[in-house]
Formats: sequence, C-alpha cells, structure tokens
Amino acid sequence: MQLFHNITVNHYLVLSAVLFGLGAFGVLFRRNAIIMFMCIELMLNAVNLTLVAFSKMWNHTDGQVFVFFIMVVAAAEVAVGLAILMMLYRNLHTTDTNVLNKLKF
Amino acid sequence: MLSEYIFWFLSFVAVFSAAGMIFSKNPVYSVLSLIVTFFAVAGHYFLLGAQFLAAVHIIVYAGAIMVLFLYVIMMLNLNELEEEKKSLYTKALSFFAGGVLMLVLIAVVRRTEELQLIQPAVYNADLGLTQHLGKVLYKEFLVPFELASVLFLSAMVGAVYLSKKDLA
Repeated sequence: MQLFHNITVNHYLVLSAVLFGLGAFGVLFRRNAIIMFMCIELMLNAVNLTLVAFSKMWNHTDGQVFVFFIMVVAAAEVAVGLAILMMLYRNLHTTDTNVLNKLKF
Repeated sequence: MLSEYIFWFLSFVAVFSAAGMIFSKNPVYSVLSLIVTFFAVAGHYFLLGAQFLAAVHIIVYAGAIMVLFLYVIMMLNLNELEEEKKSLYTKALSFFAGGVLMLVLIAVVRRTEELQLIQPAVYNADLGLTQHLGKVLYKEFLVPFELASVLFLSAMVGAVYLSKKDLA
C-alpha cells in the first residue's frame, strides 16, 4: 500500500492551514457579525490542532495545556462578544457590520 | 492503516463543514456545520492521543459555546434568510486575501522537512490522559490556571453588565 503515506506532522499543519485560511476568508467574506464570530472560533481551533500535533511530536504536555488555556480564553471571549452583539442588536436591530461603520472614519 | 483512513475522513469532514458554515445563508445551518467541524477536530485530538482535550473540546465547544450561539440566534430571531448587501469587488477581494493566506501557510509547510509524528524512543502513551495533564496543570501551570479563573469571573461580570437593559 504505497498509496497512503504515513501521517506526519506536516499533514496536520496543512489541515490547520486550510482551516485557518477558511476562517480568515469567512471573516472577510461574511457581513453577519455572528458568522464572523464563528469564523474566529474556527481559526482558534486550527491553531489548537497545530499545538496538539506538535505536543504529540515532541512528546511534551505543554502544547496540550496551551490548548486548554486557549479554550478558556475562547469561552470568555464568546460570552463577552455575544453580550456586545445583543447590545448592538437592541440598539440598531441588526447584526450586519455594514451598519456599524461609524468608527471607520 | 486504519488511522490514516480516519485521518482523511475527519479532515474532509472538517474542511467541508467549515466551508458549509461560511457559505450557508441561514445562521442556524452555519452553527450546525460548525458543530460538525468541532466534532471532527475532536476526532483528530483522539487520533493524536489527547483524550482529555477531545472530551473537553466537545463539552466546551459543542456543549457550551455553540449552544450560546444558537441561543443568541434564536433570541434575536436571525434564523430568517437575509440577503447580505455586498459588492462583487469586496467578495473577490476577500476570496483573494483568504486564498493567498492559505497558500502562503501551505507553502511554508511544504518547504519544511517531514516531521515525524512519533519518535518511538521517547513515546509516552499517557501524555494526554487526565491524570498526567492534571498533574502538569496544577504543578507547573498553577498561576496561569488561577489567572484563568479570574478571567472567567471578569468575563461573566462583563457579560451580565453589558446585557443589562438600562445601560447608560
């Protein structure tokens, strides 16, 4: 079975590069603030996958502990970010970021 | 050999459901696709021998964060189809930027040498088990752990304060 090579760290790096690129593309592509938020979560997950793969490669726990802390930060970020979105919706009745361009100029 | 098939299967599931998350018009379908992506990533953690992280990933992401997203979408009643107004120029530019970022990252990986996943000489099977991880977390990372609890408390207070109705 020469068709399938063994899975190396490079496979995981390419997979997380694809997921990270999809997340960055989604943040730029979509205008709904909630979807943009979910794309940020996707990018955090791509980085987590890289950290776990390197933790396995070096046979060291630190990478997994970092992933644990990234999950903590992501949970806190989602709680505050969704509260901000609720506030925005209450005042503007939309989550479209095209409306929220007052800070741009 | 079986783990390679599982790797490819999980990778395709993760990438395609991530794309589905971005391109679906209905936000509820986006959330459901992202949950599928998270389950695939949790499967990858299992393959990499990080059992504790896989369980925590499902509990935190699929169980807490995505439920929060669904709850907000239902509460704001955003689950109707809503056409986003956006010029073709912006779409093309975002496609270009995301694609170039992805290509650069993949090119960087392609230029590196093959990094083997396991060095058999130093292989330690219980690296990702709860016992091992808990000992490391409470010995070497005790101060960051406590700081994380403070971060959670401040996030909780901030979320409650921001969602108050009579905020000046």
